[in-house]
Amino acid sequence: MMATRGPRARGTTYRQQINRAPSPWRVHSVPYLSIMLASALPVLLIADVMPLAPPLGFIMLLAWRLVRPGLLPLWAGLPLGAFDDLLSGQPFGSAILLWSLAMIAIELIEARFPWRDFWHDWFTAAVLLVAYWLACLLLSGAPVTREMLEVAWPQALLSVLLYPILARMVARLDRFRLARARRID
Amino acid sequence: MAPPAKRLSGFSKKAQFSLFTGYLMAGAGALLGLVLLALSLWQPAAFAPLRSAARDVVAPAGEVSAATRGGAQGLIAGIAAYLDAGRQNARLRAEVELARVRLAEAEAIKAENRRLKGLLGLADDPVRPVATARLVGSSATSARRHAYLGAGSRQGVAPGMPVVSDRGLIGRVLETGLISARVLLLTDSESVVPVRRARDDVIAFAEGRGDGMLRIRLVNLGVNPLKPGDLMVTSGAGGYYRPGVAVAVVAQLTPDGAIARLVAEPAATTYVAVEPIHQPAAVAVLSGAPLSAADAPQTPPRPASSPASGAGSAPPSAEAAGE
Repeated sequence: MMATRGPRARGTTYRQQINRAPSPWRVHSVPYLSIMLASALPVLLIADVMPLAPPLGFIMLLAWRLVRPGLLPLWAGLPLGAFDDLLSGQPFGSAILLWSLAMIAIELIEARFPWRDFWHDWFTAAVLLVAYWLACLLLSGAPVTREMLEVAWPQALLSVLLYPILARMVARLDRFRLARARRID
Repeated sequence: MAPPAKRLSGFSKKAQFSLFTGYLMAGAGALLGLVLLALSLWQPAAFAPLRSAARDVVAPAGEVSAATRGGAQGLIAGIAAYLDAGRQNARLRAEVELARVRLAEAEAIKAENRRLKGLLGLADDPVRPVATARLVGSSATSARRHAYLGAGSRQGVAPGMPVVSDRGLIGRVLETGLISARVLLLTDSESVVPVRRARDDVIAFAEGRGDGMLRIRLVNLGVNPLKPGDLMVTSGAGGYYRPGVAVAVVAQLTPDGAIARLVAEPAATTYVAVEPIHQPAAVAVLSGAPLSAADAPQTPPRPASSPASGAGSAPPSAEAAGE
């Protein structure tokens, strides 16, 4: 078989995978590290006028939970939300509460609709993201004014539109996570 | 996506148990979050040490992004300036002529000011900034407008200190970490700054609206004396800010004051200076708590000291009762 395909087939990825297994470190750390990185990333922007960046950490959590069901445990909202709270500027505890509730909500939705397609996932994520955005505004500790809602709604729109991109990114990260990197001798 | 097989617990007691435990832990997590949230809304400073530690870790990355941000702004400004260099040159020449005249006038006023202050016996020391640093980040996802500063308690920054840029006031330090600090920006809806009009003494409060504009509320209601274009500066009331720092320019009038635009936009600054609190003793008296041990003797005796001495005398009597 190899001989008929020529030398090019020999040195390629198939051959490199033959005695390799996924690295256990990567398998277990990539989802958590990517969500924490997404939580930390918007901090580097200077937003002096309005909430500018979408809640990247929460979108990433939703993407991992919806693209790879069963990977994150149900209680993952507690540690990841605590990390997000340390950096986001919201009162400590708001992300712990809201991320835990979101995980429970997705679990219930999954029990009701075990087979879902992409559009269904996007719809779920959109509803959760808009609810999360509103809850964050209400729980931020500042009085909610009409002007604040007016400048903040693009944030909700942006996060809904960003979900498909991050879902694709999560799919790529998942391939990286399960890549056969460890050599078995 | 296919549902994971382990969701279907069936008759397996172990699978049922782990599913139940998962729900239990997630519910407990949500409950814990609710308690922590209530605690931090009630006592906003409760988790300051944790947050400061996390910010100290992120601050070095923020330094890098702040440096590139400054570079990118300089690059774009450079290209834009190159494109209309000729027109700009002529305009600047006219402006410089005008500015020379104004400068001469200002020198005269300064001299007169010094003379009058000498007559009154007032001495004002030049304000030396506590620290100079970059704004390394902000709460960009939250509805609160906080910025993170690349200097902390190691550089001498303490909560309450005003933060100014070369254009005007930026905000006030809320919490400090070792090498970073959290700054309450003027645009936050919890921020209130006492201001006055630069050219006379119309006093007002500048409150953040949460959308990037400030609401100017006049203290004396009646005929609204403000006009679009008026510059509002800090009045020095309250003791936090030294008087005369530019805050905002009136953009639009309202029945009880005005809507004003910021003079110093945090996103457009490269370096900011942290200044000491203007009147620490006044702030300590007004807030009812000592800011530091150094200014404690200057403040009048507080009612808090008597319960403290009472508590100090309590243990010996308790010991005596025990014996």
